[in-house]
Amino acid sequence: MSTSLPSVANRSLRIEKFRFFLSSNVLFVFGAVIFSLIIVLAIFAPYLAPYDPVKINFSEKLVAPGLTHLMGTDELGRDILSRVIYGARTSLVIGITVLILSISVGVPIGLVAGYFGGRIDTILMRVSDVFLAFPPLLLPIAITAALGAGLFNAMMALAISWFPWYARIMRSSVLAIRKELYIDAARAMGVGHGRIMIRHALPNASTPAIVQASMDFGYTILAAASLSFIGIGARPPTIEWGLMVALSRSKFLDFWWTAAFPGFAIFVTVLAVNLLGDGIRDLLDPKHGDLS
Amino acid sequence: MSETVLNMRNLRVTYPKLSSKVDVVRNCSLQVGQGEILGLVGESGSGKSMTAMSCLGLVPKPGRISGEIEVGGQQIVGRSESQLSEFRGGLSAMIFQNPMTALNPFLNISDQMADAIVSSRPLSRSEAMSESLAALHAVYIPNAEACLAKYPHQLSGGQLQRVMIAMAIACKPRLLIADEPTTALDVTIQAQVLLLIRELASEMKLAVLFITHDLSVVASICDRVAVMYAGEIIESGPVADVFKAPAHPYTRKLFSTVPTLGSKNKQLEYIPGQVPDMSNLPAGCAFQSRCDVAMDQCRDSAPNLSASGPGHLAACHLVASHEDMN
Repeated sequence: MSTSLPSVANRSLRIEKFRFFLSSNVLFVFGAVIFSLIIVLAIFAPYLAPYDPVKINFSEKLVAPGLTHLMGTDELGRDILSRVIYGARTSLVIGITVLILSISVGVPIGLVAGYFGGRIDTILMRVSDVFLAFPPLLLPIAITAALGAGLFNAMMALAISWFPWYARIMRSSVLAIRKELYIDAARAMGVGHGRIMIRHALPNASTPAIVQASMDFGYTILAAASLSFIGIGARPPTIEWGLMVALSRSKFLDFWWTAAFPGFAIFVTVLAVNLLGDGIRDLLDPKHGDLS
Repeated sequence: MSETVLNMRNLRVTYPKLSSKVDVVRNCSLQVGQGEILGLVGESGSGKSMTAMSCLGLVPKPGRISGEIEVGGQQIVGRSESQLSEFRGGLSAMIFQNPMTALNPFLNISDQMADAIVSSRPLSRSEAMSESLAALHAVYIPNAEACLAKYPHQLSGGQLQRVMIAMAIACKPRLLIADEPTTALDVTIQAQVLLLIRELASEMKLAVLFITHDLSVVASICDRVAVMYAGEIIESGPVADVFKAPAHPYTRKLFSTVPTLGSKNKQLEYIPGQVPDMSNLPAGCAFQSRCDVAMDQCRDSAPNLSASGPGHLAACHLVASHEDMN
């Protein structure tokens, strides 16, 4: 039944609308293209990187960008282009992991708090608020200091400092959804709280969280790079852009390419993801016509 | 008389205020039998919806209910939330004023119906599917199979209300609460939906508590009618009797406000004054300030329901004194 005529017409209308959206959102397309490129780089890094990213070659150390090494080499003679390409893997993994961790903790908290309200809401939200009371980078620093430095701990630390935002966003949209008649109607039909929360409240309230996640993806990459830069995130031999910038700290005044290219990679990725996030926000905004 | 499905005695719904309490429903007693439709009419804020929600144990927080509500022999008042959740759907189901917002826009009809059925009857999901289909046929949805796969925005208001009714009856309740189910629909669809409710009530032996403020709707489908004013039932009785000889001054005024075609009177009738503040009710009769025939007695003591005919009760001192004279 799902392939009846009207739904086909619907689909082509939807595609039409999506095309119109794309043509009127150049920045979204730009962000999407760049981000797809980064994903391709990450997936096919072994085939795309011209050199082994961890191969040390002292005879070619700190070579300026040129035809043999497009982005030059670092103090150990490693090819920076290859390292930037491999670094995309680390960054994407960080972004995805931190988001999954913080969403899977924050969204259920917000859902339960917003749905039940009252004392449950107060307890859950005040506990979440404790994590918001710390300056954004201080908490991850404290946590990694306690758990030990390393990429995994840095990701855990970022997730811990990030989840309250999802709890808050989810709570506020569930609060609005809870007043909808279909929630009352479902209860009047005897549908239980759990099912109502998952089937009715969650899908209807998740748009703000999705938008937030698409924006946060870039910020988590940036934050992880910052942690690596100050020495509590990724550690060698992990290839990570922030760490690459950190390792070139003492040299980059004379050998600009050692910091400029990894830094530029961070910049481009975060920008692309943010443009993408802006686009997703517009796409899911009901005022822009229904594309969902 | 048929078996009583809903038996409500001295229902009171109380809301706490800063230092006091407000009774939004007071001393409300109702009975609805199998296959019977009871119309509950009254102005906005008279407590109709609160009375209905009480039957499901769904009075919005922080409201409290006291008194007795028995549905199909099961006491509702004082039950825990989990017990109430079992009663909902299976014992009493509800349909709402605005079908466009009473269904989740994210789920298709079959999912929502199956959810409701599975929650109230011991059926598997596939059994629930066939039940949904049967229910949709029962409410005359054309092309019911296609309807199951649709989302609420693909259906019209009248169809959605039929879906809501189908969802309610698929749970096989004994009591159906209809909270102004036709208010959001246009008049032709309204007639169809009313007819459907009438038909289902007699076929499935449903007791229906029909809330409305449209007197013509009451006249067309209800067996009995109860009129609420300021949280109290002030008159109840068989529809024919109440419409022919309204006993309470408020009911009389209510009928006089209905405009009739071809009447010479250019000015629309209305009831002067306002519904009294529920948190500050006057002593005596709640309607005294707007009543043409108020007496000294009305300011001192609140009238009790007394008979003005067989099965016809009204809470007015005039009725009571008339009864005394007989």
